[in-house]
Amino acid sequence: MKWIAATLLVVLLLLLPSFAGDFYINLASQILIAAIFALSLNLLVGYGGMTSLGHASYLGVAAYISALLTSRYGFGHGPAAVISIAGTTATAAFFGVIALRATGLGFLMITLALSQVLWGLAYRMSNVTNGDNGIAGLTRPMPFGISLDSAASFYWFALAVASFAYLMMAIFVSSSFGSSLKGVRDQPRRMAALGFNPWMIRWITFIYAGFWGGISGLLYVYYNKYIHPTSLSTTSSAEALLGVIAGGSGTLGGPVVGAALVLLLKNYASAYIERWNMLLGLVFLFIVLAMPTGILPGLSRLATGLRRGPR
Amino acid sequence: MTPLMSNYALEVINLKKAFGGLSVTQDVSLAIRPGERRLIIGPNGAGKTTLFNQISGDMRPNSGQIKLFGTDVTQFAPYTRAHFGLSRTYQIITLFSGDTLEHNVTLGLLGLRPSRWQMWRPLSFYGDLATEAHRVLDAVGLLHLAEHPVSDIAYGEKRRVELAMALAQKPRVLLLDEPLAGLSNTERSTVKSLIASIPRESTVIMIEHDMDTALDLAETVTLLNYGRVIVDGDRDAVIADERTREVYLGV
Repeated sequence: MKWIAATLLVVLLLLLPSFAGDFYINLASQILIAAIFALSLNLLVGYGGMTSLGHASYLGVAAYISALLTSRYGFGHGPAAVISIAGTTATAAFFGVIALRATGLGFLMITLALSQVLWGLAYRMSNVTNGDNGIAGLTRPMPFGISLDSAASFYWFALAVASFAYLMMAIFVSSSFGSSLKGVRDQPRRMAALGFNPWMIRWITFIYAGFWGGISGLLYVYYNKYIHPTSLSTTSSAEALLGVIAGGSGTLGGPVVGAALVLLLKNYASAYIERWNMLLGLVFLFIVLAMPTGILPGLSRLATGLRRGPR
Repeated sequence: MTPLMSNYALEVINLKKAFGGLSVTQDVSLAIRPGERRLIIGPNGAGKTTLFNQISGDMRPNSGQIKLFGTDVTQFAPYTRAHFGLSRTYQIITLFSGDTLEHNVTLGLLGLRPSRWQMWRPLSFYGDLATEAHRVLDAVGLLHLAEHPVSDIAYGEKRRVELAMALAQKPRVLLLDEPLAGLSNTERSTVKSLIASIPRESTVIMIEHDMDTALDLAETVTLLNYGRVIVDGDRDAVIADERTREVYLGV
């Protein structure tokens, strides 16, 4: 049963461009990008117990580095991608050292402050970042000579990257290291007594999450061919965090569902209601009240409840 | 420089710890030989658990030294001490309640193995870890519950999981903080024989209030009161000592 559903999903995802229009294909691409971003944030929030409100930093840093290198300094997309991911990972390593001096609320505030610094820089250093105008006129890469300019080709590209990202993060959380991480989340003192170094485990996870945040940032800038300081803003971080929590933090599918929900609401609701943010808020309020652990865990509990029948 | 050989598994030298104006460890010194069975007794608030917390590294002393097999570990983090062969259990059960018994013990095994850093390979691929975890659970008589989450099992069984996690590490020095606390008579004798069967490669230091059971397991006894060592020595000598009766037995 589970396998049939999974196979159907894969076929559906692969064949989406053959039956959907460009609008929906593009929407699907955006969901895939947001899903990678949410999955990477979930490593911190769900599996590490480190609630970050500054994860957009890594999306933004990767996007800005790639945009600047390709548009201003004449780099090819290959080297630009490598440098931007390396730069993003290094940023995460540096920010991690600062943020992991604290846990809980302190950690959240530091990540928020650090991301605000980057957002401020993107806004104010207009001679480099072009400030509020953003950087426009970017191009998409051509891996193996294949153009990604059509909606369908970009979608398949994003699907390939997102599938790989999902697989890698699934392995990560089921690995020994993933067990160490969950252990440190639940009982840091015990874990230290057992021989685990809690700080190092958290830091490595922070860097790894930054790395995948950077990957989603690259896709983001390829897709939009444009980058603006808003991508680095707290709103951007908070939206992803809401998606993770709404979908179900600490599960693999939850962040994907949550990211899709946020994007769908954004795209549909904004067409009908001017204050779509308010609707987003109400929907989240409902989810948090009805399914406190998130949509996916909530639905699976509902399903087992139905299967057992009324008690 | 040749490594300093020591006759002692654990040495505590002039240890002092105060919380504000309250001295909880006042100039405590202990010397425990490899393989020794040491019981630490004292009334509530005597500073027994605080002493354990300093030995395990959960708390830093204000002054004094802690040595494991001759190495000064006073400044070492708890996880570094674990790699020196130190394990402990907790008075208040500290387990991973959502995870299975097998996973709890596996974490104990993983803590000392380099594979704890491995992030590209699922944990379930390590068959040897599962085998070893099952062996340890069998030793404490909980193999039949291996696949159950800790939250499902009884309190007395949780106490044995505490012990299993520490034993899985084959520690050179094992700190047991009230391993019999809250157990029924039957469970007491089960855990007692478990502790008695710990191999002599491990030095065992135990805090326990249940004197009837614990004294049988001990060779040497340290009596603490108000953060000081009152009497220290062979079991029978300490029990016979007048100060022990005064402070602890209340006779």
